This record gives sequence, structure tokens and C-alpha cells, in this order.
Amino acid sequence: MKRLFPILSVITAILLAYALYAALVVAPTERTMGDVQRIFYYHVPSAWTAFLLFFINFIASIQYLVSRKASAKTAAKWIVLAIGAVGTIACFLPRVQQLFPAGMRPSAVATTVLLIPIFYFLIGWLFPEEKLDVLAVTTAEVGVVFCTIVLVTGPLWARPVWGIWWAVGDLRLTSTLVLWLIYVSYLVLRGFSNSAQTQMLAAALAVFGALDVPLVFLSIWFFRTQHPSPVIGGGGSLDPRMGQVLLINWLAFSCFAFLVCWSRFRLELLHREVEEAHAMESLAGAGVAAKASLPLGRSSR
Amino acid sequence: MNALWAVTLATLVKDIRLEWRSKDALNSMLFFSLLVVVIFVFSFDPLAEESRHIVGGLVWVAFLFAAVVALNQTWARELRNQVLDAYRVSPAPANALFLAKALGNFIFVSVLEALMTPLFVIFYNLRVLGPAWQLIPIAVLGTWALVVNGTFFAAMSLRTRSREIMLPLLLFPISIPAVLGMVAGTTAILTGEDSAHFYIVLLLTYDVVFTTACLTLFGMILHAE
Repeated sequence: MKRLFPILSVITAILLAYALYAALVVAPTERTMGDVQRIFYYHVPSAWTAFLLFFINFIASIQYLVSRKASAKTAAKWIVLAIGAVGTIACFLPRVQQLFPAGMRPSAVATTVLLIPIFYFLIGWLFPEEKLDVLAVTTAEVGVVFCTIVLVTGPLWARPVWGIWWAVGDLRLTSTLVLWLIYVSYLVLRGFSNSAQTQMLAAALAVFGALDVPLVFLSIWFFRTQHPSPVIGGGGSLDPRMGQVLLINWLAFSCFAFLVCWSRFRLELLHREVEEAHAMESLAGAGVAAKASLPLGRSSR
Repeated sequence: MNALWAVTLATLVKDIRLEWRSKDALNSMLFFSLLVVVIFVFSFDPLAEESRHIVGGLVWVAFLFAAVVALNQTWARELRNQVLDAYRVSPAPANALFLAKALGNFIFVSVLEALMTPLFVIFYNLRVLGPAWQLIPIAVLGTWALVVNGTFFAAMSLRTRSREIMLPLLLFPISIPAVLGMVAGTTAILTGEDSAHFYIVLLLTYDVVFTTACLTLFGMILHAE
């Protein structure tokens, strides 16, 4: 496993270099926007990666919360299966399809819904109980980094193309910003609380955040349909060469994210081991000291 | 079920009685939001027409800040003399404690809103152009949206360092859709330009979703070790 790490690093470096070359040279220049459009090859893959990482964080948090009770675990398993089945079928009913915003394909929505049970069982199978929280920290931290890239590259592109840095009423901009805010508050919570309950609190906050995102989406979706903004969303079709470059960039970014997550995961595991060793040592030390002299009572705040 | 309501009622009555005698939360909230109103009046000096467009935002920002003052004090009282630990070992349902605290905060913030709204009307020369009765469901649902999550996050931030700072940091990002609903709904009613029905439904959805989430997870937060 450890030998795989340098190999993957080399592959990622090559992929990233080729992706940069492809984005700057291979991809055709966009007709109306010009070279500014090339930021798209960084912006979109970062966004996909960030959303995927936040999604994994949510699943890991749920798994962590239900892992405490066997009954909750069974219930959660069936609920996830039910969500996957009902959601996938519902996407193909004409009455449900009418509710989708224009341009959203039912098959795409169905695939997304189907990913929920797949990821749920995959993560539950791959990660034992005590590593779920480590996975949650890792994905949240790396996700915030990628989400920050999205939020920085977005306005850089918008300024020359739209003429404004930021469109307040826009659906995607605002929901991405709120998602970023939620996960920053998640990291702040983890930073401020170093007690044994941190993991539980953080998992609960992740669930709240995941519940919040659809509501943000809903509120702004209506907001925008009421007040149409001057922003014209994608809509048009993508040149196949651009699509290829985008896919290469996405692959490179996913590899990079995986690599960073992997090392962060190992670091966090080591960190916890060290902390545990320190705790055991000080316990043993306190035991010896207590026998030798007066008990060392720590003042309770 | 009966035990749940009995404990909820007992805790709620205790909290209201304590508040009635000390008036800690209410006085600090009232004075705080009065200060916010006065500062807003000095910073923006709008015409009657403009004020209809901005007051929705100002009112709810003032109430949001004031609610945080009250929410921070919710659990502080239970920490003295280890009341919370006693509660944890007692067989009383955890959700009863949560419901009592949330209802208590709801009552305090509603009293604050009832007292502060006339001030806003006076300072900004407000006259409602839309159906004014719809402000009541928006106020009730919006206040509940703030206090239900606020009570939960206040309980969460008890376990952290510098908990007074933690509460707004956790509460505000999650509250964004609710605040948007309250502000946009209030503005729609004040200006009479759009219907506020969607925002009432949005707030109702938010309330149902997060009340369920809070009740499901509160036991874990209270007993987390």
C-alpha cells in the first residue's frame, strides 16, 4: 500500500502537467470569451471534486452517527436503500420531471440519487468505525481547499465575461458560497473543540449542513425565477475537444485530490496515535507520581 | 408521551419563572436590539418608499443578533451547580429538555419582537402595502427557525472553548435560507409587489426539517462522551 503512494504521485504529476498543457494549448479558444474561458478547465473540475468530497464527508458523518447503535445502523441501511430505489424510479415519472429546472436531465438526476446508496455501502465497507471520523476531517479540509479554488476562479472569470465580479441572486454562486461557509464553520468547530465529543458534534453539524444545502438551492431558485438576473447560464453545447480537455483536467484533479486526502488521512491517523500514546504516558506517569507523593488533582476549570 | 410533555412543561415553567425574576436575557436582548435599531437609523436615513425595501433586512438582522444574546445564555444557567450533569443521569427524556429550552427561547424572542416592532414602525414611518396579516406566520415560523437551531447549536458549543463566539459561527451559515425567506417575505409584504406564499412554505419546510433533525440528534449531543 505504501509503495503505491510514490507511483501515484508520479502519475498525478504527469497528469497535472499534461492537463495544464491541454487546457492552455490543445483546447480551442472560445469564440466570444477568448482565452479567459480557459479558467473553466480549473474551475469546473475543482467544483466537482469539492462537491464529491463534501458528499463523502456527509456519508462518513452519517455512518459515524449511526455506528453507535445497532438498531440505528439497520434503520439507516434500509432508509438509504429506500432513498436510492424511490429516488431513481421517481426521476423517470413525468410528474416529477416537471419539477426539475430547465436543462436538468432526468438520467443525470437518477445517477446522482443512485450514488447515495453506492457511496454509503462503499464507505461503510472500506472504513471501520474508528476511521470514519478521520475520513470526515480529511474530506472536509481538502473539500474546503477545492471549494476556495472554485470561489476564487469564478469571479476572475466573471469580471471580464459578465462585467461583474459576483451575481448575488445566482443559484450556483450562492449555494457554493453557503456550502463553503458551512464547511468553514465545521472546521472552526473542530478547531475550537478538542474534547472527546468533538467527533460527535462535528458529525451532527455535517448532517445539518447537508440538510441545509437543498433548502438554500430551493430558496434561491425561486428568488431567481422571480427576479431574472442578467447572467446567462451555460446552456449551449460544448466543443468535443473542450469536453476532452475538461475530462483530462477532471481526472488529474481527482487524482490530485485523492493523493492529498490520502496523505492527510495518514497524517491524521498518526496524529491520533501520537496523542493516544501521550495520554497513556501521562496516565502512567500520574500513576507513579500518585503513589510516590500527594495525588496530582487537576483543577476543574 | 405524557412524561415528555410533563418534563417539558416543568422545565419551561422553571425557565420562565427564572427569567421573570432575573430578566437577564430579556433586558440584555431588548437593550441590544434597541442599540442596533438606533445605529441603523443613523446609518441609513431613508425615504418612506426606500425604507419599505430595506426594513425587512434590518428588522431580521437586529432580531438575529438579539436572539444570539439570549441563546448564549440558554444553557449557561444549567452549567452552574452541574444541573446539566444531573439532567444527564436522570431518566427524563432528553428531547423534553430541548423542547423546553427551544420553547422558552421562542417566547423570549417573540416578546422582544412584539416590543421592538413598533419602534421600527415609528423610526422608519412604515405603512404596509401588502396583506399585513401574513407578517404573523412569517414572524412565528422565522422565529422558530432561528431558535430551534440556535438552541441546538448553543448546546453544541457548550463543549467547545470560547463558546460565546462559537454559537453565531455555527448558527449563521445554517440559517441563511431561513433568513433569506424571512427577509424576502417581509419585503414582499411591505412593498405589496409579490406574494409571500412561497416564503411561508419555505420557512415551514425549514422548520419541519430542522425540528426533526434537532429532535433526532439532541439525545446524542446531550449524552456525548
